[in-house]
Amino acid sequence: MLEIAGVPFRSRLMVGTGKYRSNEEMTRAIAASGAEVVTVAVRRVSLDRADEGGILHQLDPKQYFLLSNTAGCYSADEAIRYARLAREAGFNDFVKLEVIGDRETLLPDTAGLLEATAVLAAEGFKVLAYTNDDLITALRLEDAGAVAVMPLASPIGSGLGLLNPYFIRTIKSRLGVPVIVDAGVGTASDACLVMEQGVDGILMNTALAEATDPVLMAEAMRHAVEAGRAAYLAGRMPRREIAVPSSPTAGMLR
Amino acid sequence: MQLTINGELRSVPDPATVAALLDHLALDARAVVVELNRTIVRRPAIATTALRENDSVEIVHFVGGG
Repeated sequence: MLEIAGVPFRSRLMVGTGKYRSNEEMTRAIAASGAEVVTVAVRRVSLDRADEGGILHQLDPKQYFLLSNTAGCYSADEAIRYARLAREAGFNDFVKLEVIGDRETLLPDTAGLLEATAVLAAEGFKVLAYTNDDLITALRLEDAGAVAVMPLASPIGSGLGLLNPYFIRTIKSRLGVPVIVDAGVGTASDACLVMEQGVDGILMNTALAEATDPVLMAEAMRHAVEAGRAAYLAGRMPRREIAVPSSPTAGMLR
Repeated sequence: MQLTINGELRSVPDPATVAALLDHLALDARAVVVELNRTIVRRPAIATTALRENDSVEIVHFVGGG
């Protein structure tokens, strides 16, 4: 079972709550995904209309583990501010820490990320740090006190799938804390391939929200994550550059 | 009283406390988090924290995100 900072989670699939066409479609997709951890963002309330925008009207915090993110933050200070606001909401002290460095690629500012991780970890936050697929940054994040490291498969919202399986495998093999691949998965085969690298879990949002049928895609992703995990544990056969017959070569008619 | 609320300059009828301001805005204090002049107002202090002219207030909540 997946365990992060001593907290057990029943599913290795985590899902976001952004960009769905409707709240109804979102809640059905999340239910179909089997996810327990769902990410949410912190934003200003709208002052001029009834407070319908809040996600808590859609998701029961008793049923789901709310993981707040610091998406949209471009400095360590800003991300720290958002994390503190989120914690005050009173659900848990976990944060999916994002410090973004570039508006076009949404790639992380790893220096800012390391700085914010150290500050928040010292304040007792359980930091899950969204980062790139760089081993050295991942190791530094673990040293800085992150309880999980979240390397990307490919850029946020790109759906490009797993660009560097070797780097993800390397990060997993070298870190003591859980490795959750976050961002870039487009379809079920991507999720399966990610899990086959041996990582502890996967977080996705757009792959579900922008699917033609998010509920069906969520179901596919649930199976893909389970299949990928099982295949990893089962241990794949070696790759060979030659064919080896599966049927007996003896006993052929002459 | 003039306050800056979520970046907007607003006149509100002299709310004595943060709780009174949330009431005035028809916001559920349990569903939001409030920052007053860049400092978080802890939950138990919402009912007793006083507001002053030209204070800057941020009121946030959870929305959908990835």
